[in-house]
Amino acid sequence: MQRKDLLGLEGVSRSEIEEILQTAVQMKKILLSGNKKTPHLQGKSVVTLFYENSTRTRVSFDLACKYLSAASSNVSASSSSVSKGETLLDTARTLDRMEVDILVMRHPMGGAPHLMAKHVKAGVINAGDGMHEHPTQALLDIMTIQEKMGPLDGMKIAIAGDILHSRVARSNIYGMSAMGAEVHIAAPQTMMPYGIEQLGAKVDRTIDEAVDGANVIMGLRIQKERQSAGLFPSIREYHKFFGIDERRVALADKDVLIMHPGPVNRGAEISSMVMAADNCVIDEQVTNGVAIRMALLFMLTRANN
Amino acid sequence: MEKLLIKNAKIVCAKNKINKVADLLIENGKIKEIGENIAVGNAETINAENLTLIPGMVDMHCHLREPGYEYKENIYTGSRAAAKGGFTSIACMANTDPVNDNPAVTTAIIETAKRDSVVNVYPIGAVSKNLEGKELVEMGLMKEAGCVAFSDDGKGVATSKMMYNALQYAKQFEVPVISHCEDKLAEGGCVNEGIMSTRLGLPGISRAAEEIMLFREVSLSEALNVPVHIAHISTKGSVDIIRNAKKRGVKVTCETCPHYIAGTEEMTAEYDTSTKVNPPLRTEEDRLAIIEGIADGTIDAIATDHAPHHIDDKMVEYQLASMGISGFETAFSLCYTNLVETGKISMDKLVELMCTKPAEILNISKGSLSIGADADITIIDENKKHSIDVAAFVSKGKNNPFDGWEVKGQVHTTIVKGTIVYKA
Repeated sequence: MQRKDLLGLEGVSRSEIEEILQTAVQMKKILLSGNKKTPHLQGKSVVTLFYENSTRTRVSFDLACKYLSAASSNVSASSSSVSKGETLLDTARTLDRMEVDILVMRHPMGGAPHLMAKHVKAGVINAGDGMHEHPTQALLDIMTIQEKMGPLDGMKIAIAGDILHSRVARSNIYGMSAMGAEVHIAAPQTMMPYGIEQLGAKVDRTIDEAVDGANVIMGLRIQKERQSAGLFPSIREYHKFFGIDERRVALADKDVLIMHPGPVNRGAEISSMVMAADNCVIDEQVTNGVAIRMALLFMLTRANN
Repeated sequence: MEKLLIKNAKIVCAKNKINKVADLLIENGKIKEIGENIAVGNAETINAENLTLIPGMVDMHCHLREPGYEYKENIYTGSRAAAKGGFTSIACMANTDPVNDNPAVTTAIIETAKRDSVVNVYPIGAVSKNLEGKELVEMGLMKEAGCVAFSDDGKGVATSKMMYNALQYAKQFEVPVISHCEDKLAEGGCVNEGIMSTRLGLPGISRAAEEIMLFREVSLSEALNVPVHIAHISTKGSVDIIRNAKKRGVKVTCETCPHYIAGTEEMTAEYDTSTKVNPPLRTEEDRLAIIEGIADGTIDAIATDHAPHHIDDKMVEYQLASMGISGFETAFSLCYTNLVETGKISMDKLVELMCTKPAEILNISKGSLSIGADADITIIDENKKHSIDVAAFVSKGKNNPFDGWEVKGQVHTTIVKGTIVYKA
């Protein structure tokens, strides 16, 4: 892989994604080996810079660094100079001058990692920027599907929920399409962004249509504040018309996988019954998240040498 | 007696229906004579062979940032940037700090301009005190102090009642009200709502946000039978609304800006904050409709909406960046390249859009070449090809997304009241 940064999956080729996945498969072996310490990132340093709260993305990057022997440090906006009014670029330059090899960044606004990447020597990994992209999440989703069901070619993958605000949906539309799947999306019309089909998705009118015969169903987190913004009237109405429940799962392929990027609102976008079923791979997604991040950190530090 | 003779220029004046090669003589700051082979002794002479002489351009919508935001621009630098752009008269919006919402601020701007400006500066007052949309400003006193129009530019006047009152009150004083059409629907947005907002994951601004308020202004103007001027229209829908309103005889006029004539939302693709402007750059369909509206007379004027910003206000996340394009120094070239060079309109029509009409709407005695009038003149080199170089801007604001664009047509010389204030 010859790149300084991973800012999104838009325009990333199938062969590049496959290379990342192959590396991640090897990393997963290390992760599950019981002796999780290798010298892959020895002599390298990684800083995670989070302007938004996160559990799984942040911890998985952090552990990925530690398992591969990188020097790592975490910065969160609330407990750093950011809260003293430092600009994004000043923070970025400061960290860059500490000879950081990789900056992992989460930010509530689209394009923030792109701005940073232009001004730092370090490689930048986008760990989620606003409503834009979340490439490592999509890669771990693709890895999970491949692991369970083989290549994505010809698969029907349904993504349902708040597409408008979802960086996970955008990255998955790019990544899964590149891997040969047909991505169907469905959402309340208030949460369906204009022209999303031009990104490569098929837009369905209802959740039922999207999940019909699907090989994978992915739910997206619905945030409570979208209700006060007037985008949907109530959780119970949302769950009934747009939630993933057993009836809808029954419309899908009999071997369907159920996925969700987390954190989950049980009883809102997905029912607890569906989550408890054997075909729900939310936990495997989390494990693969560490493997994907190990792979990317390794590949980007190697590329930057 | 100070004399300046401009020889062999192609003289174009839309208002006086002049389009011929001739000489123009300036004496004591006034236009003395237009004719062939004018011969005078001891006059400074400009050889304008192959150049085009037009009335000094009038920009009816700009931001000079003084008082209050001098780190972005001030009247000294802004007026020189305007001169470089070929503008001899500029009307500056009220969203300064303090807001130009009382005669004292108006007077201060005029006094500063007398001292610092190389072009004619006409302040535009706010419609409402502190731009809050609640209480009317003292339009009468502010007109006496020198305001030529009133506008809460930067935001829409939120309530219909406020605009209803403002239009009627302003009519009594014969001053235009300029409406920045932006409904609350636009709140939080930073790029055109469409494929780019979806792709970039940035909050969008629907075209409807502009058009809803435009419908309102048209309705108010029609109901009250009073004029209204619409600032910076950017959408196909807005062109249609105004075209239809004009057909019915509604007293609505409007302007658009060079960036809506030359640019589209595609330019935002790399999160370049110099593309962030309000209203946002729209689609190619909108751009073509704007050009059509210019050609068929729906759009009356072109204004720069020159909105200079400091680099600190732009070198941040796209959503946090200030809105606005520093536009004085690229306006003419962008318009000439996209309108005249493409054959959409004639040079005469461009003169009408950038000189005559803005002066008419503001009711100032500028924008034409009349004997005895102030010698405000712009000389253009229509054939000059160049590439836009933002680093060479005179304006403090280097925020302009057309950096590096190849354009044709360049301002050669700018003359205000007989004095050369800019030479290429």
